Amino acid sequence: MPVSREDVEYVANLARIQLTEEEKDTLTSQLSSILHHIEKLNELDIEGVEPTFHVLDVTNVFREDEVRPSLPSEETLKNAPARDGDFFKVPKIIE
Amino acid sequence: MKTNKKEGADPSGLTAHELHDLMQLGQLRCTDLVRAVFARIDRVEPKVKAYLCLFKENALEQAARVDEKIERGDELGPLEGIPVALKDVLCTLEGETTCASRILKGFRAPYEATVVRRLRESGAISIGKTNLDEFAMGSSTENSAFQITANPWDLSRVPGGSSGGSAAAVAADETIVALGSDTGGSIRQPAALCGIVGLKPTYGRVSRYGLVAFASSLDQIGPMAKDVKDIALMMNAIGGKDPLDSTSANIPVPDFLTALARDLSGTKIGVPKEYFGEGIDDDVRESVERAADRMKNCGAEIVEVSLPHTEYAIPVYYIVANAEASANLARYDGVKYGFRFHDANDTLAMYEKTKSHGFGQEVKRRIMLGTYALSSGYYDAYYLKAQKVRTLFRHDFEKVFSVCDALIMPTSPTPAFRIGEKTDDPLKMYLSDVFTISANLAGLPALSIPCGYSKEGLPIGLQIMAKPFDEVTVLRVASAYEQNRGERLGKPPLDGDEEN
Amino acid sequence: MGYEAIIGIEVHVELLTRSKVFCGCSTAFGAPPNSQVCPVCLGMPGVLPVMNKRAVELVIMTGLALNCEISGWSKLDRKNYFYPDLPKNYQISQYDLPISAGGFLEIDVDETTKRIGITRVHLEEDTGKNLHPEGASYSQVDFNRCGVPLMEVVSEPDMRSPQEAHEYLQRLKAILQYLEVSDCNMEEGSLRAEANVSLRREGSSEYGTKTEIKNVNSFKGVQKALEYEIERQNKVLSSGGAIVQETRMWDEQRGVTSTMRSKEQAHDYRYFPEPDLVPIVVDDAWIKELRQALPELPRARKERFVAEYGIPEYDAGVLTAAKAVADYYEECVRCGAEPKAASNWVMGELQFRLRETGTDMAECRIRPEDLASMLKLIEEGTISGKIAKAVFEEMFATGKTPGDIVGEHGLQQITDTEQIGEVIDAVIRDNPEPVESYRRGKTKALAFLVGQVMKATRGKANPQLVNEILREKLS
Repeated sequence: MPVSREDVEYVANLARIQLTEEEKDTLTSQLSSILHHIEKLNELDIEGVEPTFHVLDVTNVFREDEVRPSLPSEETLKNAPARDGDFFKVPKIIE
Repeated sequence: MKTNKKEGADPSGLTAHELHDLMQLGQLRCTDLVRAVFARIDRVEPKVKAYLCLFKENALEQAARVDEKIERGDELGPLEGIPVALKDVLCTLEGETTCASRILKGFRAPYEATVVRRLRESGAISIGKTNLDEFAMGSSTENSAFQITANPWDLSRVPGGSSGGSAAAVAADETIVALGSDTGGSIRQPAALCGIVGLKPTYGRVSRYGLVAFASSLDQIGPMAKDVKDIALMMNAIGGKDPLDSTSANIPVPDFLTALARDLSGTKIGVPKEYFGEGIDDDVRESVERAADRMKNCGAEIVEVSLPHTEYAIPVYYIVANAEASANLARYDGVKYGFRFHDANDTLAMYEKTKSHGFGQEVKRRIMLGTYALSSGYYDAYYLKAQKVRTLFRHDFEKVFSVCDALIMPTSPTPAFRIGEKTDDPLKMYLSDVFTISANLAGLPALSIPCGYSKEGLPIGLQIMAKPFDEVTVLRVASAYEQNRGERLGKPPLDGDEEN
Repeated sequence: MGYEAIIGIEVHVELLTRSKVFCGCSTAFGAPPNSQVCPVCLGMPGVLPVMNKRAVELVIMTGLALNCEISGWSKLDRKNYFYPDLPKNYQISQYDLPISAGGFLEIDVDETTKRIGITRVHLEEDTGKNLHPEGASYSQVDFNRCGVPLMEVVSEPDMRSPQEAHEYLQRLKAILQYLEVSDCNMEEGSLRAEANVSLRREGSSEYGTKTEIKNVNSFKGVQKALEYEIERQNKVLSSGGAIVQETRMWDEQRGVTSTMRSKEQAHDYRYFPEPDLVPIVVDDAWIKELRQALPELPRARKERFVAEYGIPEYDAGVLTAAKAVADYYEECVRCGAEPKAASNWVMGELQFRLRETGTDMAECRIRPEDLASMLKLIEEGTISGKIAKAVFEEMFATGKTPGDIVGEHGLQQITDTEQIGEVIDAVIRDNPEPVESYRRGKTKALAFLVGQVMKATRGKANPQLVNEILREKLS
């Protein structure tokens, strides 16, 4: 199933990536060709097959409800691109 | 082939186990070793460009402490004082962790990866962070935002990827050992293209805490080294359950040194016919067939087997890996760390421009593909379907491992290709992962070991796989082959004043 | 002509664990911004979540208390969306295989008991907080709350009136407090409720279009918001319009709901199973262990109060509505208080004073044993009911024992008939007209005279004795 330019714009919005017009064109054709290759999977009969979400057959990995030290706030904020005192600062959030 | 210039071998050219013996015997000071490695780096880095940053000061300090231990007559651990290079996808307290991406340039991790801590505790000395394809997405290291790493065997060719920096550094003796990461072949393929040994452990064998995630259900960290014994030493140090990683297995780590062998009597080695079909270079095919003969000579029984779903590996991989990646990379948004595009009036604009400017083309492409595969209406058709086919792979391997102990096949269909050769067609690049992907999908341990050269003198890698948590068999087959290889392997022709 | 309201409620509660759901950071409320975070809850590169066992147990226990099926196998999923308070830009939640599902909660409406279905109870992580400084062109983010374990309880759309919704919330809160799963404090944000409502013609079996109401800060607010929204929908439908499926904001000040400004209505969350967390398997042994650990729940406790203490169902209902009150009451009875008397005082005077002074049950100065002593003093006749009220007031204010207070102020009831007789003689002497009135048949005058005796004895004379002796002397 070919990918349309509208699909690319919808997906770019979901992924919050701004694309140039040229990138949209390139991606439309590249994604189409990759997804076309992926159509191969339709040749297979997967009736009754369980998906492998985890290759390891492990369940119930837990930790005890104990408090461990947090990061000192200076460490937390040292990589912040913008800060306002002890807060991370971001441009105005529009609902 | 390289010849030694001085009487004593340049220690940078030796293996960890050889260096350990020399240091323990007092014949080599750790500080001299570290200096020799940095000197080597100074000489060849301008050509190879394997490193994104170096930890010279810290490394020399640590070396001095190791020397004090030696002087005291204390016993050194097997990796103590050994320089190790870390793929820049592993969080370190020292320096930056960039994943070769503009979006993480400047990021200083306030914590270190579990494997980094374990190596540090074993006394190994981190000497720097190596180059990679951005966020480990690629097969040539050409997708790095910062520099292109060259294959030490032919500087016009790629070292493979995504752990190309680590592979090149080991191959060029710019480090003794290295860590890489493997999601679809990113340790094994560059190891093959650079003529070194690289192991992707079983999924869950090594903690992923501190490994910047690409595809959570496929990623593994693994050692890259000059011989199998060094691989075993590294695995002893880094393997084992980690309470910080829920997907790390609660399975005891054997002493992998005990796996090393010279003989393969009683070992059944499977050759899957689907891995020897079309599209493989003649040189590669012959090399691998010669290797199979060598194994027969040491007592192995070679059997033909089949992995019927092999042709579906690429589509499954590209859905699962990229779907998970699209979610894993969502966090790079300019809010908390890394690059932010500041000229934005609201958060939406900030997200969009930050990602647009911060991510490279390949990363964007994969995020788009992954997001599409998970988007409304497509989950069943893509992600769910791919995970079901993944089960079929596991069944294929279970069947095969009931009749043989290990599998061998080529690591890569071709030796190293030229820089720029495959960058215009992403699908072409993806298809070169065909031999390595299955091991990630089924979670199996898989290793690449040099098995010969192409007519142009480029390294060829042999891949050895075994069933889950059976690294011992992988290492046994690899070491026996290594001892009986019959091919004298050399070093890349890097030094300008020597003949090729 | 008539429309029926169909109401469902989604509640999110912060669980009372010490540490966050996927990391060891503290969940304590009120810490300085960004001081209770770590690489994991900050979503830094390379980190991984590890599940807090207690959080899982609290969700299972809630499921058991709400009569749900506990899933033998459940998993976590990634819910993908972008927001500055969500560091990974996905929330780890549960999509199609929640820990508990298919239960019910009983509410009492108009003398009958009604079952409200519980669709599911699941576990997820909370997000951080965005703050918008007044007049600023930027926003601030605090990640302290990010990663606190949240439990979501979703009801079936079984409620038919705002009052039922209110009742549902009260009952749910009581159960959650009894379980000590959450403190359910809407002001502090440890409980959030979103109601959804649609209308359909009475007798119809199809559902109408529903709207969701956000931004409600109290249970009463939920009720009022629903009342408004039902009326709004009624007006729209009656005039031939159609309801738009949307989320509406409740404005407490103006008492109206309004459309949320251009919000992306249908989110494409791209749910997929969380690869970094392994599935949760709950076997019968674990369920048994947790079921045994369940405390006595409100309804069962109410029934036991009726059976064991012989108090009316109404009383038992009021007393068991909140665990702290029920605990207090039972302790009083255990200290020897007569159950009905204790019930009257706890439901009446005590609740009144607590509400009036805004005091929490936990901060009440009157110890249960002291209330029990006070009741004994009344029973023995040492103080009258009226005096007791004054004693109670002082006990509440100072925490002193009733014995001390009675002693300090000399409040013992006067029961000495001679002493009373003397006072009565004086009153009769000083009030000839009322005495005359009474003798002529005006019984009201007696009350006046009794009052005078009580006044003279500053309320301490035993009113019954006063009555008897006065009558005697006047006849």
